[in-house]
Amino acid sequence: MCGIVGLLVKTPALRERLGELMVPMLIGMTERGPDSAGLAVFGQPLPEGERKISLYSGLTEDGADFNWLGLGHELKAHLGVSTEVEAKGNHAILSFSLSPEVVKRWIKEHYPKLHILSTGRSIDLYKDIGTPAEVAARYGFAGLKGSHLVGHTRMATESAVTPDRAHPFTAGEDFCLVHNGSLSNPNGIRRMLEPRGISFETDNDTEAACRFLEWRLREGDDLEVALQKGFEELDGFYTFLMGTPDKLALIRDPFACKPAVVAETDDYVAIASEFRSLAHLPGVKHAHVFEPAPEEMYVWNA
Amino acid sequence: MERLTFDLATTSLRELNTFLHTDAKEGKVEAVTVVNPDGAHNIAVGLDCPVSVEVVGHAGYYAGGMNQSATITITGSAGTGVGENMMSGKVHVKGFASNGAGASAHGGLLVIEGDAGLRCGISLKGGNIVVGGSVGSFSAFMAQAGTMVICGDAGDALGDSLYEAVLYVKGSVKSLGADAQYEPMTDADIATVAGMLDRAGLDHDPKAFKRIASQRSLYHWNADANQEY
Repeated sequence: MCGIVGLLVKTPALRERLGELMVPMLIGMTERGPDSAGLAVFGQPLPEGERKISLYSGLTEDGADFNWLGLGHELKAHLGVSTEVEAKGNHAILSFSLSPEVVKRWIKEHYPKLHILSTGRSIDLYKDIGTPAEVAARYGFAGLKGSHLVGHTRMATESAVTPDRAHPFTAGEDFCLVHNGSLSNPNGIRRMLEPRGISFETDNDTEAACRFLEWRLREGDDLEVALQKGFEELDGFYTFLMGTPDKLALIRDPFACKPAVVAETDDYVAIASEFRSLAHLPGVKHAHVFEPAPEEMYVWNA
Repeated sequence: MERLTFDLATTSLRELNTFLHTDAKEGKVEAVTVVNPDGAHNIAVGLDCPVSVEVVGHAGYYAGGMNQSATITITGSAGTGVGENMMSGKVHVKGFASNGAGASAHGGLLVIEGDAGLRCGISLKGGNIVVGGSVGSFSAFMAQAGTMVICGDAGDALGDSLYEAVLYVKGSVKSLGADAQYEPMTDADIATVAGMLDRAGLDHDPKAFKRIASQRSLYHWNADANQEY
């Protein structure tokens, strides 16, 4: 199964309440996805030349006791870069003015069990195993601010229940994807991408879709063209919800095998697998509620 | 007691359905209003008495499923499988319905005022369905008996592998499925459509509909077909 949620606020004042509005959406999808949860939130981008990475230490020996400040000191000592560290338990966001590839290469070399969740100027990413309510409480999702986010609750079918196989998946910078469904040709996609130098971190089918679409974007396709190529290349069942710094995008497979419903008001666009995740939103009783059609692209601008 | 209201924000769905299966069946109430359905699954499933249920808001999966005798109205939209396997009575959705609406319904009337998703009326077994809007692809797949009236358009493969169900469409059909064909509208067809529109409370010219039924070429195995249909 799995549940997906997405929320984009149009009214700037609501950016302060983005997390608070989203948490009941995520918890509403617990029955569809009780084993893991995660979300990616997009906010005001860092200045050009700065980057931030979200990191997960749950797979290291120190777990939630990981010495994040120590990591900051080491990066300063070895790479001469000052980092701003925003840590909470097994999760931290590191911001710095240096090529993220240099920082990530150093981290992979010295802390191979530290999982790099996301990279970019706008994106922060959280994911872990546990019920949506547990994961939301663990990372303080209710306090998150930003213009839009995509979230996911997982009921694993294609690969093991581990934090790195939870959604959202990311590739490149400031791009993420969540998936409800199962792909039938993820290995074919991998075999096409790997010779092009694109490496995979898990055996998860969603990662193949995520890396395929990000590859198309990096090759110069705009989002709509990339999604059209996705329709042509990705086979299986899917509702995909994607986030970029200024857009939320949704597509469903031609058979609409996996559900999705949208509620739109003057204040927000909210997307979920089912209406029960939208029922609490302010003004939803008067929202324009509709079911997105199969094989159509829905793109909303932040 | 004539009418009772259940608020699903404060009352469990099980309590509502238990009431509908016992007290309502014993005739203790004529009508039930359900407020704050908020997309809950299985609202008013398996009813077996002529009670009237109004769901004010959006229902989740399988609302009114397996209905027998009851009249169930949903003022908002309905999720997957509304009125699935209905035996008799009526399920009326004022908004849109998701996939598989009225799947395998044996009897009764399902009305969807808005659009219906994919596979509407799949494996229909004698029920009647009226859709005020359009239906998605693969609707009426393998429909065996019953009638569908579609006031809007139909997606791909309408009526694929139809048996004896008959479909009437007012708008455009993206494509017919294997073995489905257009047939002339007779006076009896026009009367059937007029009657169903009347029962659904929808105002359309019954003469504007096209009739689609089975060619019956798949009824018998054709060894020469070489899997090409």
